[in-house]
Amino acid sequence: MINVIPPAAIFIVGALFVPLIRGRVKSAYMLVLPLLAFAVLVKMPEGKYWMVRILDYDLIFGRVDSLSMVFGYIFTLISFLGILFALKVKDDLQHVSALLYAGGTLGVTFSGDLFSLYIFWEFLAISSTFLILARRTKASQLAAFRYILVHVFGGLCLLAGIIVYIHDSGTTEFSYIGLGGTASWLIFIGIALNAAVPPLHAWLQDAYPEATFTGAVFMCALTTKSAVYLMARTFPGTELLIWLGAIMTVVPLLYGILENDVRRVLAYIIINQVGFMMVGIGIGTQLAINGAVSHAFCDILYVGLLFMAAGSVLHMTGKIRFTDLGGLYKTMPLTCLFCMIGAASISGFPLFNDFISKSMIVSATAHEKLSVIWLVLQFASAGVFLHAGIKVPFFTFFGEDSGIRTKEPPHNMLLAMGIAAFLCIATAIFPGVLYHILPYPVHFVPYTASHVVNELQLLMFGGLAFLLLVRTGYYPAQVRAINLDTDWFYRKGGSLFYYVMDKVLNGVNALADRAIAQGIPLWVGRLSRAPLTSVVSLYMKAMGKDGVAIEEFKRETSPEATSLMAMGVPVFVSLVFLFSLFVVFAFLG
Amino acid sequence: MRKEKKMILFDAKRLLGFFYAFLVVLLIVDFFVHKHADFPWEDAPGFFAAYGFGSCVLLIFIAKACRIFIKRDEDYYD
Repeated sequence: MINVIPPAAIFIVGALFVPLIRGRVKSAYMLVLPLLAFAVLVKMPEGKYWMVRILDYDLIFGRVDSLSMVFGYIFTLISFLGILFALKVKDDLQHVSALLYAGGTLGVTFSGDLFSLYIFWEFLAISSTFLILARRTKASQLAAFRYILVHVFGGLCLLAGIIVYIHDSGTTEFSYIGLGGTASWLIFIGIALNAAVPPLHAWLQDAYPEATFTGAVFMCALTTKSAVYLMARTFPGTELLIWLGAIMTVVPLLYGILENDVRRVLAYIIINQVGFMMVGIGIGTQLAINGAVSHAFCDILYVGLLFMAAGSVLHMTGKIRFTDLGGLYKTMPLTCLFCMIGAASISGFPLFNDFISKSMIVSATAHEKLSVIWLVLQFASAGVFLHAGIKVPFFTFFGEDSGIRTKEPPHNMLLAMGIAAFLCIATAIFPGVLYHILPYPVHFVPYTASHVVNELQLLMFGGLAFLLLVRTGYYPAQVRAINLDTDWFYRKGGSLFYYVMDKVLNGVNALADRAIAQGIPLWVGRLSRAPLTSVVSLYMKAMGKDGVAIEEFKRETSPEATSLMAMGVPVFVSLVFLFSLFVVFAFLG
Repeated sequence: MRKEKKMILFDAKRLLGFFYAFLVVLLIVDFFVHKHADFPWEDAPGFFAAYGFGSCVLLIFIAKACRIFIKRDEDYYD
């Protein structure tokens, strides 16, 4: 039997009733929503449903196949854990936006046409912005503003690509697109931005550390991984992704070592992990796609777990910088344990879930004889252990005692972390369950003696390097600082742009105002009223003698002061817009 | 204070001893494991140990060098 309500609608419609309910009923209600969605998912056979015909185009809200199902399962699962984690938060804004966000993500996952995809895509961006705003600090407001601007830019790229794509192909349905003409590049950029592919990645490390302690749990799981899904759907086998992915796995590690904010380190880890997925999608073989999808599945569990642990620390101590933390294992032993399970999982220790997923991608690079990529991925695997596996738990829960004495977070938060930790281990011990739901049949065997020994050697000797460098003082000290990333271009570059626009275009504006708008009528008026005085005053001016008339003239025509809103900016934007329209029509025509 | 002491479940020195012993075991086991090498260098004994160690040292030194260029004050953007 096909169910009546799409899973996305359960979240979106369900979210609207949250503010109307109070107390325990509200908690129960919010927990039931993901369970209900999960029940619908399980009963959905493959195919296309919930089709609506609007203006000669079919909107398909339910494209169900093995690829969308895996993501549907894990998105619903992490939404359940995220809601459980946030259950005690007394802020409807957060609850509603988190549910809408989860609904938008499921909408993206199951949409079979480009129109509904775009609608859910924007839905996802807007609702997630409120999870940053809801922290209600000055820094979070600014970060949310930058976050939404960047995503609006990505969304517009996607929309432009969609319009050209539909114009070219005549259909709104989509599946494999592949890099080719203008449309595919625009769609690619739109998706790559959400997947945090460099140089479009900086929004992630900018925004996530500013989100609320519960909101970050949803954010770390949903936006990038829905983009991974879409990339796997539309651009599998794109060679460019292999190289971009390889860069993604390495560069964030450098920032991970230097960063001082626990959640910013974790944000860089997300970029690194998505890099592995991009490599898998770029290779595009069955093994590689299976690897990328299973890695996304596992990643959501352990990154969610790590963000929950970091969120617990932030919630209980009010602090989130390594320089302020340390020695928390004494008072938060369970949180510490869960964080270490997350750390072991992300590092890919045998019996932790990354071991069974990342190795598929690495193995796929070996099958395709991509030796350089293989070496890069092994390098990155050792590096992940260094900064996510060791640095995060070490400097938070061990290391130098900060003197902070707190207690464990509330039971619901511990329970959410406990379930996530359990699943991290369970998927590793019984990989068959995950392998069974992957898009292609799996012939991969993770637990071979050589794989286990190789992986342990890689990690443990990486750990030895950490130990020796910390002891000898070579490990970079944790300091309060900002590390520049590509967001510099729009944070500083934005100010520079504003300054240049203000000075140049407002200068032209003022000059034109003085010379034409005020100057001409003034002199025409004077000449007609008092020709002689005017000529005299002109003569005096020419001789360099300042007369009263000239002073008055100067005062009357004082250039328009630099205004609050640089008028040059809209003018410039309009010019760019008109010019790009001209270019587009010139090419299309 | 007493309660705090009770919470310390392990002794750092002993833990380090186990850690070093485990590293040695890993190197020894390497000689007895049948390898399914895809690349020739994987066959070299202790390749993964050396690569893991080297990667992390390299990464830390590169990161340290990067700090010279990318580090700014916390109020840089304010």
